[in-house]
Amino acid sequence: MNIIVCIKQVPNTTQVRINPETNTLIREGVESVINPFDTYAIEEGVRIKDKTGGKVTVVTMGPPQAEDALREAISLGCDEAILVSDRKFAGSDTWATSYTLSQTIRKIKDYDIIICGKQASDGDTAQVGPGISAHLDIPQVTYVRKIEEISAGHAKVERLTEEGYEIIESKLPLVITVVKEINEPRMPSLKGKMRAKNAQVLKWNADDIECNVNDIGLNGSPTRVIKIFTPPPRKGGEILKGDTHEVVAKAADLLKNVIIG
Amino acid sequence: MVDYLLTEEQKMIKELCHKIALEKIKPVAAEYDEKEEFPWPIVKILADSDVCGVYIPEQYGGMGAGIMGMAIATEELSWGCGGIALAFAATGLGTFPILLFGNDEQKKKYLPVIASGKKLAAFALTEAEAGSDAGSIKTTAKKDGDYYILNGTKQWITNGGEADIYSVVAITDKTKGARGATAFIVEKGTKGLEFGKKEKKLGIRASATREVIFTDCRVHKDNILSREGMGFIVAMKTFDSSRPGVAAQAVGIAQRALDEATAYAHQRKQFGQAISSFQGIQFMLADMATQVESARALVYSAARMIDAGSKDIAKVSAMCKLLASDTAMKVTTDAVQIFGGYGYMREYPVEKLMRDAKITQIYEGTNQIQRSVIAMNLIKELAKNK
Repeated sequence: MNIIVCIKQVPNTTQVRINPETNTLIREGVESVINPFDTYAIEEGVRIKDKTGGKVTVVTMGPPQAEDALREAISLGCDEAILVSDRKFAGSDTWATSYTLSQTIRKIKDYDIIICGKQASDGDTAQVGPGISAHLDIPQVTYVRKIEEISAGHAKVERLTEEGYEIIESKLPLVITVVKEINEPRMPSLKGKMRAKNAQVLKWNADDIECNVNDIGLNGSPTRVIKIFTPPPRKGGEILKGDTHEVVAKAADLLKNVIIG
Repeated sequence: MVDYLLTEEQKMIKELCHKIALEKIKPVAAEYDEKEEFPWPIVKILADSDVCGVYIPEQYGGMGAGIMGMAIATEELSWGCGGIALAFAATGLGTFPILLFGNDEQKKKYLPVIASGKKLAAFALTEAEAGSDAGSIKTTAKKDGDYYILNGTKQWITNGGEADIYSVVAITDKTKGARGATAFIVEKGTKGLEFGKKEKKLGIRASATREVIFTDCRVHKDNILSREGMGFIVAMKTFDSSRPGVAAQAVGIAQRALDEATAYAHQRKQFGQAISSFQGIQFMLADMATQVESARALVYSAARMIDAGSKDIAKVSAMCKLLASDTAMKVTTDAVQIFGGYGYMREYPVEKLMRDAKITQIYEGTNQIQRSVIAMNLIKELAKNK
C-alpha cells in the first residue's frame, strides 16, 4: 500500500509567548515542530504500512527549514520525504495549499491513502485535507478516530462526530484527516534518527509539480485576511445561589433569553 | 551547560533519552515509586526506541555507542526516574560479563535479544554474608559431567525475577580462594532457579530487587563465561566498566534535583521576594551546579577512557562512581532543604530524589570500597614508578 502523509511545520505552541503591548504572538526564537495533529497522521501511516506492507511518503509544502520536520517524520518510520518549496508559494491560503499538495500527489502518482492531521495548530482551519480530496476528485473522510479495515481498494473507518461516531466505507484512493483519539504516536528510535540524518529529502518546486501559476501563492488564494485581532476576553459567568426551585427557574429564564433573545 | 563535544550520535542519544524521560517517565515516576511496580511499559518504549542496545556493538544489533552512550542514556533516563532507569542500567551490569568475556556463540545468543529489549539481564554476585567482601560467597557450582550443579542464594539482585538472563558468580573450587570462582550465564526457566520475595526499599522503588535462589540448578559448561576460576576477574572487570553507569545514574538524579531546586527557588516567595534572590540560596544553588558539573565531567572522562581501550580504568572508574554518588546525595539533600517543608512532602518530587540517590553510594561497591580501589591503585602506581 502506498501511503502519503501531509504534514505542516508550526511554531511550538507550548513555547509561544504573547507580546503584551500588541497582543500578537512572539514568533522569534520559537522552535518549530511538526503540527501536533500531524504526528497522529504519521503514526497511523506507519501503522498501516506495518500491517499491509508498502511505504509511507511524507510531504510538506513550506520554506527550506521545513526539511527538519520531514527528517523527524523519517525518524518516526516514514520511508520517503518530499519538500515542496518555492518562493511562488508564498502567501498561499488553504485553497492554494491544497492545490499545491494535490499537484505533488499527482506527481507521486501511486497512492492508496492520503492522511492529514485534522487541522494545524496555528491556522486551525481544517480545510487543507478536504481541499486535497476536492482537487484530486477522490473521496474524503474527516475526523477519523479509527481505521477498522484497510485492504487493496477498500477501507472502513470510524469518523468522530459531536454526537458519537459514524462508520464509513469507501473505495481507495481516499483522503482521511485524523483526530488524536486514533493512536498514541511512538517515540522516535535511534536507528530511525540515524536513518533520518542520512536520508535524501526530495525537493520539488512549482515547475516540478506542473502548477498553474494562477492557482498558487497569493495569486491563487481567494482568501483575503482583512484584520487580525484578539477576541475580547470572555466575561465571567454568573453563579446562581439559593433555593433549588428558584435557581432552576431563574436558569431556565436566562437560557430562554439566550436562545429566543 | 558545559560543551562536552559530544558526537552527532551521542547528541541523538541524549536528546532522545531526555525526551523519553520528560514525556514518558517523569509523569509516571511518582506512581511507580508509590506502587513499587516494575516499569514494563517504559521498558517497551526503550526497546522500541533502540535504547536498550545503545552500548551493545552493531554486529549484535546494538548502536555500538559504548560506555559513553550507556552513560549518556542512563543519566538522561535517571533524570526522569532513577528507579525506572535501572531496568535499563542493571541490564547493562548483567550484560557486561557477556560483552567482556563471552565467546562468539554466547554473544550471538544473548546480545541481540538484550539489544532489542526483548530480554533484560541481571548480575548476581552479592550474598547475605558477601557484600563488600565478595570473596566470601558461598554459592557453589559442582562439576557433574558436562554440567555444573549450582546451590546457594544470591541477595538483593537488581532486576531479579524480571530479567531472563543472569550472570552468576559461584565457587567451583573452595581450596583455590580468589581463583576458585567461576562466572556462568543462567537463564530464567532453568530448573532449580527460583526467586525470593521482592524487597521493600527506601528508594529506587520502581526497580525490582529479589533473592535469586539456586537449588540443584544444572547449568551446562557451555554457559561458563571465560573459563573456570575466572569468576572474580569477570566480576571485577565488569565493575570497572559498569561503574560509570551507576555514576551517570547519580548525575541524572543530581541534575534533576538542581533543576527542581532552581525552578522552585525562583517561584517561591518569602519576605516579599523570590527566595532565589537571597544569597544564602544562591550560594547553595551555585555549589550544587558546580558539583553536578564536576561529577558529570569525571563520568564522561572515565567513559571515554574505557571506550578508547585504556587498560588502567579501575581507578578512574571508582573515582567517578565515588564523586557522582556523593554529589547526588549532597545535591538532593540540599534540594530538599531549599524546598523547606514542601521538600519533605511526598507531593513534591525532591524527597524521592534524595531517597533514590542514597543507593548510588552503596551498590556496585560501597563508596568505602571505591576509596580502597583508588588507594590501592595509588600505591600500585607508586611502586611501579619507583
